[in-house]
Amino acid sequence: MIGKNSLFGPIDPAVESGYTEPPSRKGFFTDTSICIGCKACEVACKEWNEVPEDGFAMLGMSYDNTGALGADTWRHVAFIEQPGGREGRTGTPPSATVELGMPGPPPPTSSEGAVATDEKPDFRWLMSSDVCKHCTHAACLDVCPTGSLFRTEFGTVVVQPDVCNGCGYCVPACPYGVIERRKGPDGTKNVGVAQKCTLCYDRLKVDQKPACAQACPTESIQFGDVDELRERARTRVDALHEAGIMDARLYGDDPEDGVGGAGAFFLLLDEPEVYGLPPDPVVTTKDLPHMFNRASTAAAALLAGAVVAFLGRRG
Amino acid sequence: MTTQGHGPSAQQTRAVPESAKRGRRGRGGRGEFSMVPEAEFSSYYGRQVVKESPWEADIPAYLFSGGLAAGSSLLAAGADLTGLPLLRRSGRFTALGALGFSMVALVHDLGKPSRFVNMLRTAKLTSPMSVGTWILTGYSPFAGLAAAAEVADLLPARVQRGPLRLLGLAAKLGRPAGLMAALTAPPVAAYTAVLLADTATPSWHEAYRELPFVFVGSAAAASSGFSMITTPVAQTGPARRFAIGGALLDLVMEHRMEQTMGITAEPMHQGKAGKLMTAAKWLTAGGAAGSLLAGRSRTVAVASGAALVAGSVCTRFGIFEAGQASARDPRYTVVPQRERMRAAAAANGDQPADLDHAPS
Repeated sequence: MIGKNSLFGPIDPAVESGYTEPPSRKGFFTDTSICIGCKACEVACKEWNEVPEDGFAMLGMSYDNTGALGADTWRHVAFIEQPGGREGRTGTPPSATVELGMPGPPPPTSSEGAVATDEKPDFRWLMSSDVCKHCTHAACLDVCPTGSLFRTEFGTVVVQPDVCNGCGYCVPACPYGVIERRKGPDGTKNVGVAQKCTLCYDRLKVDQKPACAQACPTESIQFGDVDELRERARTRVDALHEAGIMDARLYGDDPEDGVGGAGAFFLLLDEPEVYGLPPDPVVTTKDLPHMFNRASTAAAALLAGAVVAFLGRRG
Repeated sequence: MTTQGHGPSAQQTRAVPESAKRGRRGRGGRGEFSMVPEAEFSSYYGRQVVKESPWEADIPAYLFSGGLAAGSSLLAAGADLTGLPLLRRSGRFTALGALGFSMVALVHDLGKPSRFVNMLRTAKLTSPMSVGTWILTGYSPFAGLAAAAEVADLLPARVQRGPLRLLGLAAKLGRPAGLMAALTAPPVAAYTAVLLADTATPSWHEAYRELPFVFVGSAAAASSGFSMITTPVAQTGPARRFAIGGALLDLVMEHRMEQTMGITAEPMHQGKAGKLMTAAKWLTAGGAAGSLLAGRSRTVAVASGAALVAGSVCTRFGIFEAGQASARDPRYTVVPQRERMRAAAAANGDQPADLDHAPS
């Protein structure tokens, strides 16, 4: 069925894909304000989904040595170290923080020598576990020429590795830079094939939580029905605002946004681009009808030009 | 390794220039490019946001050869109808050769080439690659049959009546097959622009309005240029006109494209892509100018034709490389999106909101 919102706008993705009476849409609400950067989600995901290791390089930028989502990274914890004094940042008032015994910066020293004080350093550390957004309007799924990417009954987007022919078109199509073609090493499964988070489709089938949500020790990663998660997220943001943490905002929860709302959305404490997320992503296929018209006009112009070229002298 | 420069809280003091706003003219004339001031934006340790395509030289080579095949089929059909047998012959052979090359390039790019046929298990209107596969599937048999007719035509009559009677039949089908190839060829040249534009790669997507015209112009220029190399000047009059028209369309639309792309036009002027685009402009313009005089001398015709072909190659590779570079730099993803958000907020009469969620 092709309807008004088939390419853009709020819609129920499973129903749009032709499921009759699908189960409620499933997704993640990742509350980064309580992420402790332990990477249990990264590890659990790799273990459960048999995602191969992709090297142990040190990126030399923070505690994040994974870098970004990709074929061999379906959950990625970002670490952002922010010195104070950023304009427009209200920051977390010291009273609102809870000591977790995590490693942190040393206490500030006075000019006479090391004197610990009760004052918190003007510094904060943001951590956020990123994942495939399972968009309502998923560009990767739209542009896949084989039907390898499909919409599940849970409203999520999954690759069928035995159908994918490795054309790589989904890779530049994703507005978040999530999906990627697996490069190797030789001997691992699905080399040359597009890979990304499946929201643990196999576990969902048997009423289990996805591995990352199961492993998260702080409930930063919450799994459930998208409608209910959106409610929960709004309640949480309001609570944070009341606590004076005005930086808190939701990302990807709005069905009116450029991808029709994400199935995996986030509570962030800074601008999305600080976490490596696009601030206002729009599914590329929104403009596809327009592109089709322009290309048809161009094709007609080429034919007309050829006709005109043969109307004159021959030599 | 990461690039230095935009830490998560890097503040760059220069603002987004007027020229970075859609539709404003912000370039100096005569192909000169003035570096606009850096826009202020944040990123995650300077890392890219979107991923560049995993494609290598195969894909721009495929864009070029698809255009060459499509234009050659058009020239061959026109030559067939207007009685220019040498132009018809070179057009049909070039079309088949370029088509064969493009199919090899396309399959070579696949991560799992053995599964090429999986593209034929579905037809999907939202996927330019699926649509393009079917466009090629429709065009290829006609292009192949037209070339077979040309082979049959070259054989002595004795052979045509003898054991190779089938080829004789093919010779009779030459004209209808050639005309069908010409009718199915223009989409082959145009769809590749949508293939690039229907992505999140900034410098490809932002080019979607003009890119199809650039690509069909480039296809006309390349195929005409190739026929000017392979065919005596007495029969290339229409091809020379086709070349000039195509080159003009290519150059004018490319210029307009850069006007409407905002800051995502920048990668077309930098690095490898910049060199390729500059070469493309000069070669295409020079080849078109040479075509005006190519009716008098075979030498001039060959030189102009070679310039047009090389110009088309540089155009395809330049656009391709510019897109890859734009995806690798977070600036071209973040800044236009921030601009769009600001514009939307201004249109709603809001202050630029710092919070995405206002409690209702």
